[in-house]
Amino acid sequence: MGAHHHSYNFSEQFSFSGKAKSLSLIGIVIGVLAIAYGFVTGATERTFLNLLLMSYYFACVCAAGLFFCAVQFVAQAGWSTSLLRVPQAFSKVLPFASIILVIVVTAGLFSHNLYNSWNHHGEGGGAHHFSPSKEFYLSPAFFLLRLVVFLAAYSFFGWFLSKLSVNEDIHGGLKSYEKSIKYSTIFLVIFGFTTPIWAFDTIMSLEAHWFSTMFGWYNFAAMWVSGMAAISIVVILLKKAGHMPWIRDSHIHNLGLFVFAFSIFWTYIWFAQFLLIYYANMPEETVYFYKRWEGFYLPLFWLNLIINFMSPVLILMSRDAKRKVNVLLGVSILLICGHWLDYYMMIMPGTIGENAGFGIIEIGVFLGFAGLFTFSVLSSLSKAPLAPKNHPFMEESLNHQI
Amino acid sequence: MSKIKYILGLFDDPDQMMHGIDKLQENKIGIYDVYTPMPIHGIEDKLGVKRSRLGIVAFICGITGTFTAFSLMYYTMVYDWPMNVGGKPNFAIPNFIPITFELTVLFCALGMVAAFFFRNHLFPGRAPRVMELRATTDRFVIAIDANAIADSTQVDNLLKEAGAVEIKHNERKYVSYE
Repeated sequence: MGAHHHSYNFSEQFSFSGKAKSLSLIGIVIGVLAIAYGFVTGATERTFLNLLLMSYYFACVCAAGLFFCAVQFVAQAGWSTSLLRVPQAFSKVLPFASIILVIVVTAGLFSHNLYNSWNHHGEGGGAHHFSPSKEFYLSPAFFLLRLVVFLAAYSFFGWFLSKLSVNEDIHGGLKSYEKSIKYSTIFLVIFGFTTPIWAFDTIMSLEAHWFSTMFGWYNFAAMWVSGMAAISIVVILLKKAGHMPWIRDSHIHNLGLFVFAFSIFWTYIWFAQFLLIYYANMPEETVYFYKRWEGFYLPLFWLNLIINFMSPVLILMSRDAKRKVNVLLGVSILLICGHWLDYYMMIMPGTIGENAGFGIIEIGVFLGFAGLFTFSVLSSLSKAPLAPKNHPFMEESLNHQI
Repeated sequence: MSKIKYILGLFDDPDQMMHGIDKLQENKIGIYDVYTPMPIHGIEDKLGVKRSRLGIVAFICGITGTFTAFSLMYYTMVYDWPMNVGGKPNFAIPNFIPITFELTVLFCALGMVAAFFFRNHLFPGRAPRVMELRATTDRFVIAIDANAIADSTQVDNLLKEAGAVEIKHNERKYVSYE
């Protein structure tokens, strides 16, 4: 064992400029153009659904960053300390991502291009027959209230935990750390109970007559995998650019373990939802998979499983693969695309069905939000040093070895 | 040659033991094995321990479970006594997946336990064989095969220099708990 002798500069700050900045700005411009193209060509609903997909994805990845930080604090994990600033940057962006999601949902809701399976507002009224309680649950006011309250709560914790970490940099001591554990615990309880509802509201209610109790965890699994993949990508790219020299193959290995394990978890939940519906064989439930089992969607149905299950299993299974930076980077990028497809398969078949497609709108909106994510995360990353130097587990993280 | 079979260097500090390994390796003295009461990071690399083949055992046991489950279900549900369950085809693969998965895990886990016992010579009724009892409590032990070295005093000196608190010259390979 023995202390690892290091001479790292923990006060090093990331400066957001150059190629990363211009590429992310180009992405945002492409996104805006694609949205404009969508609205001009009359594909309003399709554009809205793509906006919903990507803004939900964006908020989910940021929430996953916050969830990661909270889990590390509650578990009192040491290995991740030296890379904690990356998920922290995600959680600092969460308020911004939340606002975008609320704007998209509100605009879509009141322009009737989203959630028209329950929100008819008189026109063609009576087309849906819900029980009074469901009618109340899916009223626009209560719906938006839930969304805003949940996202505001998550955003508060995202802001507060990163503030505690910055205080720790300045004052040192254990006070911030202990407070972080306490607030992380509270956050995890709130998050655990509300994420399924968040998923039910934002995504599942697009097909309001169909419901699945597995859906919340299914979305959570997708959020966690894509979040871990995004964290891995950012850490690896930062390392490749010469930052964070203290990140070694053992840290990469741990990130790879998370990406691998939760890809299997995602598959488990996906299959649990599928098997229950397949086995019970009730028409009001099977209609969900029936729509995803024909025409345009059938190949995508299988592609979803191939990318999100088969590729991590086959590529990331071995220890060596998880420790190789380029392999993990490749799989993470694949999974980011794979979970885009996963969300696509949740959203499109039940809404625009046959009229869905893959073209300028899909690619453009994806690139737009990728640019927005890169821009906002990297600028919040550049506001604080790249390592929480006074964190009590810093030394353990530097000596991490598995 | 003397009757000494193994030389044991007992350390009470893991860092000094790691230093002792370096010293011995610098002098080209082969180390038979090292016993520690707790896992020590990086020791496998230092000793050049080969990658465990446990993964291969796990795979073989697991795939046995997969085939057992799948063929049993195929035989009973499809071939021998087909039944109509909810109007689904007899060969309904999604229904087979959970049990196939469970049996894969079960066979794998039991197989790994068996492999562990086999590899460590832990059989019911057999006293475990250990080279130094205190290696399971508070001593970090380097074992050197006495027949593979020319000069045992050199080894003793190297171990002492590195900080060994005790050096044993054992005429038997194992002491047992009996």
